[in-house]
Amino acid sequence: MEQLLHQIAAGLATGGVYASLALALVMIYQATHHVNFAQGELAMCSTYLAWWLIGAGVPYWLAFLITVVVSFFFGVGIERVLIRRVEKAPVLSVVIVFIGMQFILNSLAGWVFGYTIQQFPSPFPEEPPFGNPFINSHELGIVAVTFFVVGLLWAFFRFTPAGLALRGAAANSDSAGLCGIRVGSMLALGWGLAAAIGAVAGMLIAPVVFLDPNMMAGILIYAFAAALLGGIDSPVGAVIGGFMLGVLENLAGAYLIGTELKLTVALVTIVTVLVVKPSGLLGKVVVTRV
Amino acid sequence: MNSLNTLTVKDLHASYGAIQVLHGVNVEVSQGGATAVLGANGAGKTTLLRAICGQINRRGTIELNGEAIDRLDTADIARRGVAHVPQGRGTFTTLTAEENLRLGAYTRRKSGKVQQDFELVYSYFPRLYERRNQQAGTLSGGEQQMLAIGRALMLEPKLLVLDEPSFGLAPRIVQEIFGIMRKINREQRVSVLVVEQNANLALDFADRACVLETGVVVTTGSPEEMRQNEDVRRAYLGY
Repeated sequence: MEQLLHQIAAGLATGGVYASLALALVMIYQATHHVNFAQGELAMCSTYLAWWLIGAGVPYWLAFLITVVVSFFFGVGIERVLIRRVEKAPVLSVVIVFIGMQFILNSLAGWVFGYTIQQFPSPFPEEPPFGNPFINSHELGIVAVTFFVVGLLWAFFRFTPAGLALRGAAANSDSAGLCGIRVGSMLALGWGLAAAIGAVAGMLIAPVVFLDPNMMAGILIYAFAAALLGGIDSPVGAVIGGFMLGVLENLAGAYLIGTELKLTVALVTIVTVLVVKPSGLLGKVVVTRV
Repeated sequence: MNSLNTLTVKDLHASYGAIQVLHGVNVEVSQGGATAVLGANGAGKTTLLRAICGQINRRGTIELNGEAIDRLDTADIARRGVAHVPQGRGTFTTLTAEENLRLGAYTRRKSGKVQQDFELVYSYFPRLYERRNQQAGTLSGGEQQMLAIGRALMLEPKLLVLDEPSFGLAPRIVQEIFGIMRKINREQRVSVLVVEQNANLALDFADRACVLETGVVVTTGSPEEMRQNEDVRRAYLGY
């Protein structure tokens, strides 16, 4: 029983990271109808930046903040410089650009920081809260930060004019332009937010999986699975899907298939969702009239 | 060049990629006036409106109250006071009705007059007030058309551009909507450019009309002149 609770708690923690990354994926998908394959590598680069800052003596939370801000502007930059140029290109071209970005960022990080696996510090204490045997402080911290970030994002979209404009641009970019909204700026904002969220996700998971240029590859697959499970156009679905998948992964690994095959859970989820219910749990079914 | 016109379009050419659709179109909308553009499917009516709003490749003279807007992009043209109600309404279906209206006023959100505009729009369209927190995609066709016009009004436009507002709507609703358009034109002194396939409706509403055929204007004049023109009557009015 203790083991079960621990697996669920740890699953919620990793689920929080999947949820954050899935949310970033859904945001970009809603705005551009493209899946950002490079989301993981962006997050990894952000985490390296934080690692470098901390190594240079910057206190953890200051490094965290600087990394999030720099990541935001890096995301904006990528949209302005790269994505904007392939806006009107065929889907396959855009996919290739994303994949290319993924490889470039991965190799760049390896070149600059090396491929040695590094430790990344956690800002949360070593001792589990109240000495409980189920969840440690870092895992609880991940869940708390995830809820905080998701809550902040929800408030931004719900209550601010920029959030409304971004939602409008994602829902109907032509009509948004007719309202005087600069759709390009909205896309850049969306990319910046997605990059910032990715940075947070990377910094949260690095203490658990250790920092190296390939650390996000597996996690990104889980984020895809979570986004698909929740519905690729549903932010709420992405978050729910993330937590569900985290718990599912841990339970399957502990009781069903063993830890080596854990990644299989994500892949099986992707295939199952696409075959059985492509719109996911909360996504909308798109019907095209011919 | 008549600077008294809200809109002056001269020798407008427009194309979708390599396909030219407009071949030198001239249109005018006078201050506080209403011009109707008639024509069959494929004549280029929607293309004309898209070209005026900077949504496609175009060259020629387009002036709003004397100011050239032919080099501006869509968002800038909207900010200058051109409110386009597109074909198919262009509703933000995943947002609520009120959020749709709020987006119409996005560029004016700091003016402090947005609340007044909400009241104006809701006074023209009480049904929208009832449904203001409903998801816009669940509104009926007529309500979505009202929402689209309301959204355009929130821009506080100098020129209201409508693309087939009667499309797909029941006759009773269409009468209602055109009645409100008439009110808007008179009370708010907003100039109107409307594209309509329903020629009778358009000629009842406008004070000036022109007929577009395969990318050129073939006749222009007052509604009475249009009704007396045999070719127009036969082709578009059915008698």
